[in-house]
Amino acid sequence: MSGNVRRGAAPHTGSTAFINARIVDPTADAEYTGAILISDGKIADFGPNLFASGAPYGIESVDCRGLHLAPGIVDARVHTGEPGEEHKETLESAGIAAAVGGITSLVLLPDNEPPFDDASLIEFVARRARQVKLANMYAYGALTVGLEGQHLAEMGLLAEAGAVAFTDADHAVGNAQVMRRALYYAKAFDALIVHLPQEPSLSGGNMTSGVMATRLGLSGVPPLAEVMMVERDIRLAEMTGGRVHLTKISTAESVKAIASAKARGLKITCDTAPPYFALNDLAVGDYRTFGKLVPPLRAEGDREAVVEGLKTGVIDAIVSDHRPQDQDSKRVPFASAEPGGVGLETLLPISLELVHNKHLTLPQLFQRLSAAPAQLFNLPGGKLAKGAPADLVLFDSDYAWQVDRDDLWSKTKNSPFDERPVQGLVMATIVGGRTIYRHDNFTPAAAAA
Amino acid sequence: MLGIEGLSPETISGLLDLSESYIPQNQSIDKRRDLLTGRTVINLFFENSTRTRTSFEVAAKRLGADVINMDVATSSVKKGETLLDTAMTLNAMRPDAIVVRHSESGAVNLLSQKVNCTVINAGDGQHEHPTQALLDALTIRRRRGTLEGLLVAICGDIMHSRVARSNIHLLQIMGARVRVVGPPTLMPTDIDKMGVEVHYNMRTGLKDVDIVMMLRLQTERMQGSFVPSISEYFRFFGLDSEKLKVAKPNALIMHPGPMNRGVEIDSEVADDLDRSVIHEQVEMGVAVRMACLDALIGGRRNAMGAAA
Repeated sequence: MSGNVRRGAAPHTGSTAFINARIVDPTADAEYTGAILISDGKIADFGPNLFASGAPYGIESVDCRGLHLAPGIVDARVHTGEPGEEHKETLESAGIAAAVGGITSLVLLPDNEPPFDDASLIEFVARRARQVKLANMYAYGALTVGLEGQHLAEMGLLAEAGAVAFTDADHAVGNAQVMRRALYYAKAFDALIVHLPQEPSLSGGNMTSGVMATRLGLSGVPPLAEVMMVERDIRLAEMTGGRVHLTKISTAESVKAIASAKARGLKITCDTAPPYFALNDLAVGDYRTFGKLVPPLRAEGDREAVVEGLKTGVIDAIVSDHRPQDQDSKRVPFASAEPGGVGLETLLPISLELVHNKHLTLPQLFQRLSAAPAQLFNLPGGKLAKGAPADLVLFDSDYAWQVDRDDLWSKTKNSPFDERPVQGLVMATIVGGRTIYRHDNFTPAAAAA
Repeated sequence: MLGIEGLSPETISGLLDLSESYIPQNQSIDKRRDLLTGRTVINLFFENSTRTRTSFEVAAKRLGADVINMDVATSSVKKGETLLDTAMTLNAMRPDAIVVRHSESGAVNLLSQKVNCTVINAGDGQHEHPTQALLDALTIRRRRGTLEGLLVAICGDIMHSRVARSNIHLLQIMGARVRVVGPPTLMPTDIDKMGVEVHYNMRTGLKDVDIVMMLRLQTERMQGSFVPSISEYFRFFGLDSEKLKVAKPNALIMHPGPMNRGVEIDSEVADDLDRSVIHEQVEMGVAVRMACLDALIGGRRNAMGAAA
């Protein structure tokens, strides 16, 4: 992709008007042609009638030429290699990839080396994010010490240092007593616990159980490894009154279990990631290690159920689940390969398939991508509101292109969507009023009136 | 040659015919031809296997090729070299064929993407072991004349067996019917979707079968994780003359070796000269591997078409 990432742009001052845009407002569930006025990095005004009679006089205006303008994406599940594995991804390279992907806020997973089970790590991330000056970067605190699922991490101190939620990343907490105490304890700080529901004793395999795994001779992870844990967590949440958010939902049974928990009025929320609504276990064919993920890619019926869950709103949010892996981690036999895929730059185009295939409207999609995660993690962006930060994404929803791993800005290229034809491309990303990324095809003519 | 899956019946028949043509040579006094003179074959075994490696070595030498056995246990692989680096290093020495065995499924496919010589899969993890299936087919064909219409029971640890998978593919491609028999804990998920009949009981599983293929049960899987004990396994899933009674009277007994006598097979049936073809399987193994080397690097590549 060709475009310009502008690192370290100065804070936005004065006023800028984005006119002639197709505005996507997830909170109001509306899409219309109109304008957004930003002042000193915040949204000052927006609506269909704003500047309807022409470009404003005396302030900078950007003609969006009918492209879509939506609240920037809030990606609640990003892993980088910093600190610990900077050769895979740094906060800066992840920030660049996020900018290119239209992501204006991201929440960093705590499973680095060292893991974020100490307040100093949360402060480190915040300091580095200020230096990098791209997307807003937040961090999870570890739920348990060393992500080992045994002893509670210092949730209060981590929260004070800025941790926005707590999780053991891709490690499920197998011990129900530990999870129960974590949910109870978190209530003291009204903290959100994010859990990957996978029964550990059933999750040792390399791909989803089924005829494909049997043919390839790979050990399987049964889909019920997920729903068992979903059901346990639902019971624990009910018992403790704690807030649990289940992440990377990938099976039909899990969607069903969460739907019924929500119907009973429990405080359960959940998300999924593009691989689980756009791919199935066939993507692993011929031992493609880029398709090795946690949880594993599931059967087609599960994929369809995840799409349905997004449609009905049972699944609240979409995350990229960005996990860079270098060649040494992926160019090995399947069982030895590290799981995970990069996802920052493909999050929007793959998610737009849900709109092109008429499963969601654009406002509904941005509810899942921006508004819901911002609300869940109590972050300032993700919505159009007067006084909200001017975090916006400008995109061409129809732009056709093909994912090519060599063109990705991420430091590593392990995309499960490599070579996939997609529709939709980010033209500009605006964080706090600063345009941090602009695609070459979008050059705002007559920027200043 | 990475696997049986996807081969056509014509390719398989062609390979079996070619194998058959090597049997007289192997039985004569002068066993050496110079078809592969000047060709280099590397046996790259990441997993110990005396019989398969020896069989490939004998096959290549009888065709006049130079054979190098890579002893991986003492090589740079142990020093941390990756599979692909090993592959590229060997590739740079310009071998004509590399015969690979590896403990991980798909490792041979991966290696084959990085070299430009012929790669023959000598067994990868729990995926495929194509020359074993071919030698089993040759053994059966010589005894029964055809594979078509035969009823074959594959018994034992289906889950961890690449031999089972390659045989299921080959037998079905050639028109045989396949049953898999064993304890449910050793059945892979959805194995029935591969077109086989599943039995958890030797009495129903062996009923009226033409061929009984026993599989080896690894010791580490008998100690409570998959089956409770050796004696219980042998009692219910080991092949003995009693269980064999329900099979056809002339049913052949096969085993890919090495056998665990008293675990999956009773000595009485293993050594039954009328029905056990276990040693014949080993003999056919050499012929089949000669045929594969011939077809793949013997300059007849065009004639064999898709065999590569």
